[in-house]
Formats: sequence, C-alpha cells, structure tokens
Amino acid sequence: MIDQPRSRSRAADLDQAPILLELSHLSTDFLIKDSPPAHALVDVSFTLREGEALGLVGESGCGKTTMMLSLMRLLPANGRIIEGTAQFGGVDLFSLSEKEIAGVRWKEISMIFQGAMNALNPVRTISDQIAEAFILQVGRVDKKVVDDRVISLLDLVGISADRRKQYPHQYSGGMRQRAMIAMALACNPQIVIADEPTTALDVMIQAQILELLEKLRDKLGLSIIFVTHDLGVVAEMCDTVLVMYGGVTAEYASVDAIYNEPRHPYTRELLRAFPDLNRPTAKLASIPGFPPRLNALPPGCRFAPRCPIAQDICHIEQPELRWIDAGHAASCHFLDLLPDGPAAAASPNTPSQNLLNSES
Amino acid sequence: MTTTDQSVIIRGTWSTFLRNKMGMVGLIALVMAIFIAVFAPLLAPFDPYEVVHVTIDDIYAPPSLEHPLGTDDAGRDVLSNFLYGARVSLIVGFFAAFISIVIGGSIGISAGFFGGALENGLMRFTDIMLVIPDFPLIVLLVALTKPSLLNIILVIGFLGWTSSARLVRSQTLSVKERKYVLRARSIGAGNPHIIRHHIFPLVLPLMVVNTVLIISLAILNESVLSFLGLSDPTMISWGQMLNFAFSRGAMSTGAWWALLTPGLGIVWLVLACTLLGHGLEQVLNPRLETHHLSVGAEMIARPKIPPAHLEEGAPAPGD
Amino acid sequence: MRRSRYIARKITWALITLVFVITLNFFLFRVLPGDPARAGIHDPRLKKEAVEAIRVRYGLDKPVINCFQTLNPVEFGDCLVNPLETQFFIYVGNLLQGELGISYHTNRPVSSMLGEMLLNTILLIGLGQILAIVLGMLLGILAAWKAHTTIDYAALLFSLTAWSLPTFWLGIILLFIGSSQWGLPIGGRITPGMTYENTWQQIVDMGRHLILPTITFTIVFLGEYMLIMRSTVLDVLSEDYILTAKAKGVSNFQILKDHALRNAMLPMVTIIALNLGFTVSGAIQIEAVFSWPGLGGAIYTAVGRRDYPLLQGAFLLIAVSVIFANLAADLLYSYLDPRVQET
Repeated sequence: MIDQPRSRSRAADLDQAPILLELSHLSTDFLIKDSPPAHALVDVSFTLREGEALGLVGESGCGKTTMMLSLMRLLPANGRIIEGTAQFGGVDLFSLSEKEIAGVRWKEISMIFQGAMNALNPVRTISDQIAEAFILQVGRVDKKVVDDRVISLLDLVGISADRRKQYPHQYSGGMRQRAMIAMALACNPQIVIADEPTTALDVMIQAQILELLEKLRDKLGLSIIFVTHDLGVVAEMCDTVLVMYGGVTAEYASVDAIYNEPRHPYTRELLRAFPDLNRPTAKLASIPGFPPRLNALPPGCRFAPRCPIAQDICHIEQPELRWIDAGHAASCHFLDLLPDGPAAAASPNTPSQNLLNSES
Repeated sequence: MTTTDQSVIIRGTWSTFLRNKMGMVGLIALVMAIFIAVFAPLLAPFDPYEVVHVTIDDIYAPPSLEHPLGTDDAGRDVLSNFLYGARVSLIVGFFAAFISIVIGGSIGISAGFFGGALENGLMRFTDIMLVIPDFPLIVLLVALTKPSLLNIILVIGFLGWTSSARLVRSQTLSVKERKYVLRARSIGAGNPHIIRHHIFPLVLPLMVVNTVLIISLAILNESVLSFLGLSDPTMISWGQMLNFAFSRGAMSTGAWWALLTPGLGIVWLVLACTLLGHGLEQVLNPRLETHHLSVGAEMIARPKIPPAHLEEGAPAPGD
Repeated sequence: MRRSRYIARKITWALITLVFVITLNFFLFRVLPGDPARAGIHDPRLKKEAVEAIRVRYGLDKPVINCFQTLNPVEFGDCLVNPLETQFFIYVGNLLQGELGISYHTNRPVSSMLGEMLLNTILLIGLGQILAIVLGMLLGILAAWKAHTTIDYAALLFSLTAWSLPTFWLGIILLFIGSSQWGLPIGGRITPGMTYENTWQQIVDMGRHLILPTITFTIVFLGEYMLIMRSTVLDVLSEDYILTAKAKGVSNFQILKDHALRNAMLPMVTIIALNLGFTVSGAIQIEAVFSWPGLGGAIYTAVGRRDYPLLQGAFLLIAVSVIFANLAADLLYSYLDPRVQET
C-alpha cells in the first residue's frame, strides 16, 4: 500500500500555469519485415504545463519509451509516426525539418536515458561528453569558458569538479546518473524527460537522485516527465499520471485521483500489486499473464485477457478514452458501473476493495 | 535440447539461408567447382598426364579452337590442366580444414567446458601459437620434409586450428552457463552426455561458419605453397600452374592465358567459400539490421496537416 | 586493471613466446629430415675447412640436449652432461651474441644479410600497411554508416573479392600489366647497374620499383581492414551512447568522428596485431614475385637453394619481429583504452 501522495501546495497553481507541450493523438508503428506493423502507440495524448511533473507508468513494452522517442523524433529506422501532433512553443514538433528539430532537441527538451553505463561513451571523459551537449550552442569559445560551464553543471548535481576528467567506469552508478542529469541540463531546457531514472540503483541512491531532481525542478523551474514502472516514484514526485497498457492510455489523472479513485482495472491491479508496508505478511498480489505482443494484438480491449472483471464485450470492442470528470480520463467499458469504479462489482473481499476501505 | 528441437531449428535456419543471396551465390559457386573437380576426366578435352610430343609452336600457343585457353610452357592444354587443378585445391582445402577444426574444436570445448588449469594451459598454448606467424612455419615444415600432398595437408591442418580453438572456447563458455545445461547436470547427466547433446549442437553453427573460412584459408595456403615450388611437382594444382608460368617466361612471352586462368580459378573457389561463410554468419549470427545512424525513410508518416486545421488538443486535468 | 601490471604481464608472455620460438626453431632443424648440419656436412660444395668449422660451430660431436645424443634418429645419451656443452645451449649462446651462422650460398654471415633485408621489408610493408589501414578504416566507417544500402553492398563486394585474391597472383597480374603497359620495372629494389648523380635519383628509382608491390599489398589488406572496421563500427553504432549523442544534437559526421572512430580503433589495434601473420605471408609472396630483397624473399630463395642457416635465421627474425610487433600493439592498446588505467 502506498502512502497518500504528498499533497502539493503547488497543485492549485498548476492549473493556472501555461501549457508547455500538448501531445495529441499520437500513434506510432514499428515496421517489421514480412509481418504486419506493430502498433506501439495508438492515440495517446497528454498535456504538460510549466513546472508540472508528469508520470508515465506501465509495464515494460507498454510504449512509454516509444512515446518519448517519438516526441524527440529519435525512433529507430523502422519506426513511423503515423498520426498526431506535438504542439510546443507554437509549432508542431512533427512538422519540423531535421535541422529544425535538432535545434529543439536538448535545448528545449532533453532526456536522461536509462542505463547510464551504456548511455555514456566509455572512452571519453565525463567533461567531454557534457561539453559536447552545449558546445554547438556556444560556438568557438575559450576552453576555459567551456570548462567553467561543465564545472558549474557538475556542481548543480553534486559532483566535485576534480572528477570531471574521469571516465564513466570510474564513477559509481549513482554518480553516473547524476552526470547524465547534469548533461541533460546543459542547455537549460524547459522539459526534461527522465527515462527510468532510478531503476538499477539501490534504494538509498534512488532517494538521493529523486531528491536531486526535486531540488532542480524547484530551482530551475523545470517540467519533468518521469517514465517509470515504479509507482512509489510517481507518488513521490508527480503531479499527473498517465497509465499506459499495450500502447494505449489506460488512465490519465492527477496523482491524487489515481491513488484514491482509480477507475481502470489495470490501475487498480497495479496499485494492488504494490507491497504494503503496513501488512508485511500479506500475500503478494500479481497480475497473471503477459503484456500483449504489439503485432498480434487481441481484438477488443488490450487488457481484457488479464482483467479480473472482463466481460464478453471487452473481448470484442475496444473501449474509448472517456472523461469521467474534468481532469480524469480512463478507457474501460465499465467506468460508470458504480461510483467507486468497477472493482466494487466484483467480490466484496477483493484486496482492492480492502485497499480503498483501509484508507481513512 | 531434444532432437525435435534440433530438427525444427535446422529446418528454419535452412529456409532463412535459402533466402540469403550472398550465401546462396557462394554455395552454388562452390558446388560448381566441386562438380568440375569430380568430373574433370569427362570434361577435359585432353588428359594432362598423357605424355605428348610438342613442337616449339605448341608452347604458349594462344587460345584457339583446339585449345580454348591456350597452352602452357610445355605445350599442354591449359583448360584441361585447369579442370584437373580444381581437385588438389578442393582436396587440400577440405581435408586440412577438417584436421584444423577437429583439433581446434576439441581444444576449444575442453578448455571452455572443464575450465581451471586445463583451460589456462590450453589457452596459453593457443595464444603462443597465435602470435607465431603461421605461414613461414608452414613453409619451413614443408621445405624440411618431403613435399607431397599428404604433407601439405597435414602441415596446413596442424597449424590452422588456433582461430577455431578461440572461437569454440568462448562459445562453449557462454553455452555452459545456460539453464538447461545446469538442469541436465542436476538430474545426473554425465559430462560426455552434456557435451554431446547440449554443448555441441549450440557450438556447431559457429563452427560451421568458421570451417568454411578455414577452408578458404587452406586453399589459399596451398596455392601459395605450390607457387613457391613446395608441392609435389607431379601434381597439377593451380598454384603449380602459376609457378611454371611465372618462372618459365609466360610474362615475357605475353601468354596472359597461362597467368590469368589458374588465378581466376583460385579466386573463384576462395570467393565462393568467403561468400558462403559470410552468408552463413548472417543467418546463424544475425546482427541488427539497423543502427542509431541508419537512414530510414521519413519517420513522420502521417498525412500532411495544414496548419489552419490543427485539431484541438485533449483537455488537460484541471480544465 | 592497473596499467603497470598489464604491461608486465604482456612482456612476460612475449618473452615466454620468444623462448618457445627459439626452442622450436632449434629442434625443428635438428629433428626433421632436412637436418641442415648434417646436410651441410655432406654438401659437396663445401671445402674441408668449412666442414670442420661447421662441426665446431654446431658442436656436432656433442649431444643435442641432455639425455639425447641425436634426435634423428633418436639416440639416447648421457643425462648428466653439462647443459652448456650441448648443441642447444651452444646455439642459444650463439644467438645471444647475434651469431646466426654463415649462409651456405653466399658464405656471408646470416646476421648481416638479414639486417639489410629487414629494412627492405619494413619499407615495403610499412608503406603498404599505412595506406591499407587508413583507406580501410575510412571505407569501413562509410560502409557501416550506410549499412545495407547500395554503397555498403558495393564496398562489401569489393572487400570480399580483394580478400579472396591470392596475393602472389595479384602481384603477377599487376606486374604483367605494369611492366608491359606502363613501363614499370619487372622487379628488384633498384635498377641493376644504374649509377646515381644524387640521392634524389636514388629515391625516385627505388620509388618506381616500389609502386607495384605497394599497390598489391595495399589492395589485399585494404579488403581485410575494411571488413573488420565495418563490423566493428556496426557494433559501435548500435550502442546506447550513440543515441545519447544523437539526442544531444550532435551531427552525424561528428558522431562518426568522435564516437564511432574513437571507439572502433581499440578493437582494430588488437585485430591488426593478430593479423600480423597474414602480413608476413603477404610479404613473402610479394617479395617472391617482385624479387624484392627482403626477409620474405629470403625465405623464398633460401628454401629454393636449401640454404638452411639463412632459412633458420630468417624464420627466427620474422617470428621475433612479429612477437615484438604484437607486444607494441598491446602496449599501444593499454594507452588508448582508459579502462586500463594508471595506478
């Protein structure tokens, strides 16, 4: 059971903040030789405001990283954006030329890649790689100017200047992650995408990294998109949550709504699967089955094969994304079955019911 | 791995291979070479071993109807010699490679599988043999012993195993740790059984690729040895033909047919093996088709949207 | 790992390999039927004094090594004999003094003959290798970048064909065309009997003789290096840090230069070192075809004339050169790869 998300004094102001990025109806396919294309993303949308932290949640392969790569137009050679617009700063990112999008990448929207060991070149110094990010912007300048900037960036993330000429393998996992963060901030972007920033780090280091990101967010006024499968991170850091499953939006709401009034069965199962510190001996729940193969999708709702409350219609017809109230959307056929959502229709002793009951 | 698994894999691999152009071209070329080697006596217009009486006009005669590829320094038909020459190249290639693979494979599997001091010792020895330049040693050994077909096969074979040993060992190491090997061991399977039924089938594909490349190296080595005059002079081989042509004035006479033909034969055979090997490698050890800098067609494949008609974005939470 | 320890290990192995080669070289010549010492003794070309000199130098009356009187046929002997009085250690002792014997054919000391030859070979190989490496690397990067496109397929076909050509045959063909069509020399290092007014003329003359052999060498190795570089760069371009660089807005050209090239060079150094054996084989063939007076040619002519001291000396020198070249490559690698760090 996850603690109540920290109430954000910022939440109220967030509604007034200007919209930075508006992604509408993005659909991305992957072309596969001698096979129908895999529909990695179908009609996903979200809005990001200044200073907002959005959490993208889902299992591996649900399309979260694909969505971010589509946004930055860094899809692999067999990826195709077949639908959608990305309004940013008055232009549609998808209609920019290669040269123009290169001007947006990193300067306006940057990314912290997961697996910092492989995302950094092992035979170049950290200083070189950070400098590479902004050197094109500053053009021909004194080496000292570049060096000073690198030092100040490393200082932002808490790495001492005398380690800047070292190589990635000489840094610990947490330090490498911090170096990646410094690199992502090199051009003062407005939006930072953090792709699984804490996976593969131990819990103590995770906490440090999250704290750092929070601090930077306040200090620099950043908007952050957290791509993660860890609900704890989302509860800790995010204002809004987009839950994805099999390439579609399962649920999209504020973090309070997601944790207190989850409407989509997948969201409820995810919450249920999180171990409860208050009930350490309770049996661990899990969601049986496997995520769908994207080029062999089941007809109907993508979650139906694993859904505890699936009915016949679920296997035939895909549910539309519907707005339950202002700021909360989900895609399920049974959204308005009951005020508390469909789980109540199941057996009264389902753990999700207990979850809701124990929250008081 | 069960035998049904093995046959499924083999069938699947075979059909992928049939579609691999490079490999197929190589295979066909190789089969053609084997064909002419086997049927040389039937295909050749003259018998190269037959003693002929020649006059000065018959030496280095240019291509004609009677001799489509001209004659060599002793008045013999180049075409017939060429057809028979394929035999030596193929025989040396296959048998020497066989020896190399058997030695290299045994060393590789033993080192990888048993580990410890055995692995250390074998690999150190392999490293030493890798550093020592093999070709001068081959020349030395052949020169110091009697130059005969058997000796050449043995020498090339016994000095060509180092690359396979390394390859097989690293492959064995990675296979050894796989789950079903551990499982087999836990139910009491003995080492010989594990090696034969689990390790070997997974190591085999890479060994096949390696074998093809070793065959091509053996063929090249044989041709160089023959050219340097280190093979049995009574044998007809392409290298030998080039040796005679080069040292007996083909260049000054302008007898390009005597110089070009045997060489083209060697290139044909070696290129066939190389293409086959690379094709097999693509099939058995496929690499990703693209990398991060690959040029794909336009990433944005949606219909063009005129700016004036942009859709409304989805309402945001809190609207 | 520590660089000093890495270097120490590599040097140790180089020395061990050296010992192995010396031992191998000695016993090969004693064991195999073409035993030079005995052949030398019976060689009718040699005068009586020369025969005696050989007997003394090789210590043929002494046992080959402890426990073995002779090795061909195997005859056992005294195990407790003073090792320094055996043929093997006499041989080693001679080696350490730079004494490699006297050539049967020219009656000159082998060591001085080989000295000149080594320089000639290095000249020939050096030029060809540098060209092949530079061109091969550039072509390899290009082919990898444009993988699976027409450019790539063309480059692949060229390289595979170049690799499949027997070096000596390519040399013959080029020599044939070159000497008949372009008036280039038929062989040798310099035009025989020519006199020079100054050094420049000498260089030009040698240069004319170098053109065809160098082109041959370059083509054959260009193919191989291009193939290796292409496969290495393909691996590198699939790594995550390339995506990071692309995301940072670095241009394709810069990525190829600062990431792909730099990272691919490391395996290339190792592989070039491993291929030194191939280089030697190529050198022997080219020197044979073009009559270039180098170490490879020495092996060729020594074999033909059964000049065993020269053969033995040349083989040893070649093997030692390769061992040292490998060692140099290992040391270079340790400085290029930051993961092998200083203490």
